[in-house]
Amino acid sequence: MFSYILRKVLYTIPVLWGVVTVVFLVINIVPGDPVAIMTGQRGDEATLAKIRADMGLDLPIGVQYLRFLEQICRGDLGTSYRNNEPVSSAIRTRLWATAKLAFGALLLGTVLGVAAGVVSAVKKYSLFDYGAMFVAIAGVSAPVFWVGLLLLLFFAYILKWVPGVGYGDGSFKYLILPMITLGVRPAALTARLSRSCMLEVLSQDYIRTAKAKGLKKHVVVMKHAMKNAMIPVVTIIGTQVSSLLSGAVLTESIFAWPGIGRLSVDSLLARDLPMIRGVVVFMAVTFLFTNLLVDISYGFLDPRIRYD
Amino acid sequence: MTENGNNNDSGVTGNLWYEAWLRFRRNRLAMLGFFMIAALLGVAVFAPRLAPYDPFKQLLWTEGIKAKLAAPSPDHWMGTDAYGRDIMSRVIHGSRLSLQIGLLATVVSLLIGVPLGAMAGYFGGWVDDLISWFINVIFAFPFMLFVLAIVAVLNNPSMIVVFTAIGLVSWVSIARVTRAQFMSLREREYVEAAKAIGLPTWTILFKHILPNTLAPVIVQATLGIGSIILTEAGLAFLGFGAQPPAPSWGLMISDGQQYLATGQWWWALFPGMAIMYTVLAFNFLGDGLRDALDVRLKR
Amino acid sequence: MSLLRVNDLKTYFDTDAGLVKAVDGVSFSVEQGETLGIVGESGCGKSVLSLSVMGLLSEPSGFVAGGDILFEDTDLLRLSESSMCSVRGNRISMIFQEPMTSLNPVMTVGEQIMEPLIVHRGMTQRAAFGETVEMLKRVRIAEPAQRMREYPHQLSGGMRQRVMIAMGLVCSPSLLIADEPTTALDVTVQAQILRLMNELKSVTGSSIIFITHDLGVIAQMAERVMVMYAGRAVENRDVGPLFKEPLHPYTRGLLRSIPLFCEKQDRLSTIPGVVPSPLKKIDGCKFHSRCGYAFDRCRSEEPPLFRLGAPGKNASVRCWLHENGKRDFTEGRR
Repeated sequence: MFSYILRKVLYTIPVLWGVVTVVFLVINIVPGDPVAIMTGQRGDEATLAKIRADMGLDLPIGVQYLRFLEQICRGDLGTSYRNNEPVSSAIRTRLWATAKLAFGALLLGTVLGVAAGVVSAVKKYSLFDYGAMFVAIAGVSAPVFWVGLLLLLFFAYILKWVPGVGYGDGSFKYLILPMITLGVRPAALTARLSRSCMLEVLSQDYIRTAKAKGLKKHVVVMKHAMKNAMIPVVTIIGTQVSSLLSGAVLTESIFAWPGIGRLSVDSLLARDLPMIRGVVVFMAVTFLFTNLLVDISYGFLDPRIRYD
Repeated sequence: MTENGNNNDSGVTGNLWYEAWLRFRRNRLAMLGFFMIAALLGVAVFAPRLAPYDPFKQLLWTEGIKAKLAAPSPDHWMGTDAYGRDIMSRVIHGSRLSLQIGLLATVVSLLIGVPLGAMAGYFGGWVDDLISWFINVIFAFPFMLFVLAIVAVLNNPSMIVVFTAIGLVSWVSIARVTRAQFMSLREREYVEAAKAIGLPTWTILFKHILPNTLAPVIVQATLGIGSIILTEAGLAFLGFGAQPPAPSWGLMISDGQQYLATGQWWWALFPGMAIMYTVLAFNFLGDGLRDALDVRLKR
Repeated sequence: MSLLRVNDLKTYFDTDAGLVKAVDGVSFSVEQGETLGIVGESGCGKSVLSLSVMGLLSEPSGFVAGGDILFEDTDLLRLSESSMCSVRGNRISMIFQEPMTSLNPVMTVGEQIMEPLIVHRGMTQRAAFGETVEMLKRVRIAEPAQRMREYPHQLSGGMRQRVMIAMGLVCSPSLLIADEPTTALDVTVQAQILRLMNELKSVTGSSIIFITHDLGVIAQMAERVMVMYAGRAVENRDVGPLFKEPLHPYTRGLLRSIPLFCEKQDRLSTIPGVVPSPLKKIDGCKFHSRCGYAFDRCRSEEPPLFRLGAPGKNASVRCWLHENGKRDFTEGRR
């Protein structure tokens, strides 16, 4: 088990390096002058030269790269071009809002998705199964931002059950709609996956053994089948984080949610390259870190890996 | 096992595809997806004839102020927008844009993903390590944000940039599927036999293995079209995709969103339904193909 | 009184291609402490028969269409699902063909064996643990307490089948159904497991229904044998007479396809043809197309089970050659 964890941790390091390098390449070796992009071709040549020197863009590309790597290793993600705010502090002030949103959505999606998927599998071809699976495939197919807007329309503007856009005082009622919006996709994916995994597990020989022991149906499902069926479901939580972060970009812009997704859209619109660079690196690192956790917990869930 | 080893024989392959077609035809959801896409293609091809109005024409000039933000009516089934443009005509024309991006980005991702996945799976060793590493690196980025960053940095939200950027990110899932297929196929007896009689590597790769990897790749690509269309809509919604006055579904939702609070729901509603219809159709088709071709995708 | 009495059992499957009569009117009984062997090729309905007794048919496609299953004078088919749960694994238990896949990969071996004790006997974890250690000793597993903490993938195939047997016998059932328990194992391990089962049976006095396609195994294990073909019982005999003088042409075919090491055999014979598709309706005797003795009547009219010998002897055969107890193999040989 220890060597399994160590292997996973060690493998993350080259991927991390790759992520940083790709971000650097995309931002710095694009056709055109990054400073010109940022300033939008305004400003005279002297100003541009000064910005270039401030950002170290006049140095050879290799040197820039090494400086960037060294900065990242120190945990320094750079400084915003727009307002001179350090990127890491900009992320820190918005982290809590995004964490709340993403965690809420993931929790909602997983609980709802697993419940719907398991019931669908146990009651295969029932009305519930058809209904739930139709809702699930619709949920995967609907654009996140459109779902968010419809929820706003119904629950905030027509029924007036919840406040509209904004973070408000940070209380739960402001979180409800964004959380549901962002949770639709994970819920739908989890429901589809749980159903197919559960069906697969229920047809296994060891389930027949469990029934032959005289266990009641719910014990067979909840104890013997559940543990096996949930292994793949846990592993996709890692992948979900990536789509959650993508979805957060859209959800936060609809709901004027002061999180990292919103920060990234704002900096993209302002062509604030250091900020974009920092946010992308931060999100990729978050993804790698959660996947590392998922891989480790996978080892705990599946004894076949634990004793490898 | 000799019959299985003989997969390359065109007769056998033909039969396998024919059987798959029979299974596909029996799958009701798959057929639904198939007809939904056929209908959509029809709409896209005949858009100028089907659309009741010119999608760019601001009817304020001809019909007066009542054509501004008109609710759905027999004249304008989906209403009009704040510029007095007929929303239904714009939704119909929008299908062209969505399908084009969906197909072109898929082509880009296939062109990158299939060769890289094939090399990783077939050669193994350091080639596999290197390509797998690269796949994991790209996979670590949130899809949407990475595409946004590429488009923003290129500072040029033209269609070519949008579909290339999406393709540059979405090839990873194609590469993963291709790699897994090549890995399992290179151990098969008929490939060993081809190697033993001294066929060149490229002949083995393209003539003997590639045809047998098609099914999972087709399924993955079909399912991918849906998420590509969603990504394109998201880009346009945030202002990084199609630019006004293009009749892009994502852009229309973006323009219409501010009118939701004041009760003009139709501007944002109908384009969203069009996106959902399209993505749903590709998902039905992908699921159906997966069942018909008997493909098991790893995640 | 018989321990288990199955009368005219019919188990059908509703499939897309039509109704499959997997078990079509089979009757048999198992006495206290007796081993009944059920033999037949794959697809003859022997596994479906055992799953019907256990009430474990894959619903809703598989269902019992008729007959009754009397276990200790209770009709199992009329029991509610929850009363059936207290029979399964407690008074009747079953072990399966594939020890590799029949154990839950994410639960320890100990947890899985202790489960029936906790469910049926209401034992505490601690008591069940002690009982399980004893049970594992009886199935000759060394270091039982250590093994109990391990997972199935850490054990060998033979070991896993011992665990399955321990799990089946831990509540001392009066009937054990063993469905091809040794088929997936190699020959030496198979011999060990069979010896173990015979020993355990002599200690516990349980009855066994032993299902296999292998007549060699039947000779070692069973006292009485039922031969099945295409969902029907074709011959019921005691094991000795069956091997000495098989009556049904199908049984003769099966016996002749066993390799014998002591006698001179020019060529191992096989039964020509294959088991007919269960979807095909066959007129007459179901075996006639593969039978060397078949004559006109076999093709038009299905023979009933003819009783042989004294009324109490319980020997019967479903073949026109043996109508009224005559044993005539001379006629009609192709």
